Amino acid sequence: MTEQVQQTPSLPRLGSPAPQFEAVTTHGTLKLEDFKGSWLVMFSHPADFTPVCTTEFVAFAKIHPKLRELNCELMGLSIDSVYSHIAWMRNIEEKLGQKITFPVIADLDRQVATLYGMVMPGESKTETSRCVFIIDDKQILRAMIYYPLTTGRNMDEILRVIQALQTSDKHGVATPANWHPGDKVIVPPAKTQEMAEQRMTDKTVECKDWYFCMKELK
Amino acid sequence: MPCIGPDGTLTESAKALLKLVEHPSAPEDIAARLGHPLFLVRASLRELVGADLVRAEGGKYWISDQGREKLQSA
Repeated sequence: MTEQVQQTPSLPRLGSPAPQFEAVTTHGTLKLEDFKGSWLVMFSHPADFTPVCTTEFVAFAKIHPKLRELNCELMGLSIDSVYSHIAWMRNIEEKLGQKITFPVIADLDRQVATLYGMVMPGESKTETSRCVFIIDDKQILRAMIYYPLTTGRNMDEILRVIQALQTSDKHGVATPANWHPGDKVIVPPAKTQEMAEQRMTDKTVECKDWYFCMKELK
Repeated sequence: MPCIGPDGTLTESAKALLKLVEHPSAPEDIAARLGHPLFLVRASLRELVGADLVRAEGGKYWISDQGREKLQSA
């Protein structure tokens, strides 16, 4: 009796280095390491020439300048050929008036989709789901968001997550629910009893209790 | 950004890049002068080095004799 061993690729983890790859894109052959020094939003879509994806591409292209202001690049991916991508990009520009300015991976051999776990067999065995990977300037995977095939993504949330992560990195703070730039941030909880007592007398922070303090960023 | 077409001709972006690397330059400087994203400049330089049109050493890139000839004949 032959024992069959099914190998399941280990999926990327938050806080770990993003899996490296080299891929054919609409902007030539790119390596993930080419993006070092910039943040990167890498997203997958189910297929070219489909309606929800078309609305998403227009929306991603519209936030591309804002992402650039955040030192963040953008790259798409699907299991389609580069010729299909080029035809679709041109169709979006012709029919919807939106130029697509970011590269899109033609992942015909599913190398990147497999590496990042973008195919959800429960939804589709042949298409990538709507995944978003936020990779920082040191190529650490910082956030992952997954949407099903039926549901277009929220661009404001993607921008908000990047702004929140960059704010946390810069100021050593966390951000509360529904945070937006300009809102108060959360000061990391005190880790010792002494620090907790000091925190309660600290006039620079607003505390509900020793573990729950907020402040404004200047 | 693809630099060399299937027929061996240089793309316009490749010509612009080759003209900029007469002297050894860092990818960051090239990106700033071209106004292109750094990731695209890195990928282009890798392709041009692979085609022997650009030489690289110590993080700096400059046009090779072969690259100069190709640029002149383009």
